[in-house]
Amino acid sequence: MGDKILKIENFYAGYGHTWVLRNINLEIPEKKLTAIMGPSGCGKSTLIRCINRIHELNPEAIYRGHIYLNGKDIYKMHPTIVRRKIGMVFQKPNPFPTMSVYENVIAGYILNGIKLKKEEKDKIVEDALKKAFLWNEVKDVLHRKGTFLSGGQQQRLCIARALAMKPEILLLDEPTSALDPKATSRIEELIVELKKTITIVMVTHNIAQAVRVSDYTAFIYLGELVEFGPTEKVFAAPERKETEEYLVGKFG
Amino acid sequence: MKTDRIFRAVLYAGGAFVALLVLLAFLSLCHASWLSLKKFGIKFILSREWDPVNEKFGALPFIVGTFMTSIIALIISLPFSISIALLLGVYLREGFIKKVLTYATDLLAGIPSIIYGFWGLFFLVPLVRKLEMKLGVLPYGVGILTASIVLAIMIVPYTSSIAREVISMVPGDIIEAGFSLGATTREIIFGIILPYARSGIFAGILLAFGRAFGETMAVTMVIGNSNCMPKSIFCPANTMASVIANEFTEATKDIHLSSLIYIGLWLFLFTFAINLLGNLVIKKFRVEVKNE
Repeated sequence: MGDKILKIENFYAGYGHTWVLRNINLEIPEKKLTAIMGPSGCGKSTLIRCINRIHELNPEAIYRGHIYLNGKDIYKMHPTIVRRKIGMVFQKPNPFPTMSVYENVIAGYILNGIKLKKEEKDKIVEDALKKAFLWNEVKDVLHRKGTFLSGGQQQRLCIARALAMKPEILLLDEPTSALDPKATSRIEELIVELKKTITIVMVTHNIAQAVRVSDYTAFIYLGELVEFGPTEKVFAAPERKETEEYLVGKFG
Repeated sequence: MKTDRIFRAVLYAGGAFVALLVLLAFLSLCHASWLSLKKFGIKFILSREWDPVNEKFGALPFIVGTFMTSIIALIISLPFSISIALLLGVYLREGFIKKVLTYATDLLAGIPSIIYGFWGLFFLVPLVRKLEMKLGVLPYGVGILTASIVLAIMIVPYTSSIAREVISMVPGDIIEAGFSLGATTREIIFGIILPYARSGIFAGILLAFGRAFGETMAVTMVIGNSNCMPKSIFCPANTMASVIANEFTEATKDIHLSSLIYIGLWLFLFTFAINLLGNLVIKKFRVEVKNE
C-alpha cells in the first residue's frame, strides 16, 4: 500500500453525550486518494473534520483516541499548525465574499499574518490557481470578487486556496455535491491530477465518483469502519454484507 | 380577493399617513420658525452670538456643542460596544453568561434618560470636577466631557446590539473556511468577520450617533447650559436639543421662541442628512454576495 502518511488509532468522536464514530482504525496511504463512503449520518464527515481538528470547534464536540500525521499525534500539536498542514475543501463552495480572487487564494497567508513580498505572493497565487485548473479562466479577473465566479469555479478557487498553504493532506468533504454534472467532472479531472502530488481524503456520497477517482475506499456504517481496501477490491468483492448492500442501493 | 384588496389599501394608507407626518412635521417647523428664518436666514447657523436680551440669535455654538458631544460620546462608547458585540457574537455563542450580558446591555437602553441625567449630576459631575482640578482647568464639573460620558453609556446598547446581530449573521461556512486555513479566532475576526459585517456595524454606529445627537434630557442636566462657543471639552456648553429644552419655558419674545424652533428645524435637517449619508455609506460597503 505504500507509505502511510496518516494513522487513525482507536478514534472516537461525537457530540454531547453521544459517540457518532466508534473505534476507528485507519491508515491513509501517501499520495493516493482515499474515498470515505457510507450512508447519510454514518459519521464520515465527522471523521474528516477530526483529521484537521475542525470538529472540536463545535462546543458540544467530544473525541478521544489518536491521529498521527507522519508519526506525530495531531492532538498534541497546536490546532492552527495541524490545519495549515491539512487543508480542507467544503461541500458548498465558500470563497471569502469580501476578498478578490487573488486575495482568496492568498487568504491563508493574509489571515495568519504571514508577510510576503509581492513577487512571492504572485507566484503562490499563480501556482495554486494553475494546480486548481483555474488560472486560464481567472487570470484577467484576479482582482474581482471571488463570489462572482460560477459555482464550479468557486469550488476550484477554494481548492486553490487550500493548495496555496502547501498542505500535506487535502480533505474534500463532498466537494461536488453542490455542483452541476459539468462542473463535477471538471473537479474530478482536477482531483485525479492532484493526487499524483498530494494525499487526498475525500468524503463522497456518489458511488460512481468513488470508483472513478479513488485508489482506496473506506466504508463507514453506523459509526464504525466496516471495510477498507483498494477501491477495485471493495467494489468488486466486498468482504462485508453491509458494504454490498450499500453498493447495490439497499440503503443510503 | 376583495378583503385582500382592502387589507392592502389599509396598509398603504398607514404607510402614507406616516410619510405625511414627516412632511407635516417639517412644514410646521418651518411655519413656527418663520419669523427667525426670515430674519436670520442661513446666517443663523454661522453666527456664534446667542443673546436673547438684544435679540441676536445664532446657533453655531449649539451646533458645535452637539457635534462635539456626539462624536466624543461615540469615540468613548465604541471600544465597549464593539467588544461586547464580538464577545456575544463570536466567543459566547450560547450559555448563561451570554444571556446575562445580553439582557444587561439591552437594559441600558431601557433606562429613562432623566435617570442618566441624575446619575451624571450626582456621581459624574463631582468626579469630573476632581479631574479638572488636577488638570488645572476651571472646575465646573458640568460641560461637554460630562455630557459625552453620559451619552456614551446611553448609546452603547444601540451599537452593540446591532453589531452583535450582524456579527452572528456572518455565514458559518466562511468562518469554518478561515479555521481550516489555520487562522485563530482573533485572525478570523479581523480578516473575515469584521470586513463582512462592516456595513451592519456602521449602521449600528449611525443609529447610536443619531441617538446621541438628539438626546435632550440627560444632556441638558449635565452640560452646564452655557451659550458660549465651547473652547475645550471641559467647557460648559449647550447642544441644539438642550438649549431648546432649557430656554423654551422662558422664551417670552416671539423672536426668541421662533429662533428656538428654528434650531429644531436645523436639528431635523442635520439628522436627516446624517441618515442619508449613512445609508449611502452602508450601500457602498455592503458585501455583495451572488446567489447561486
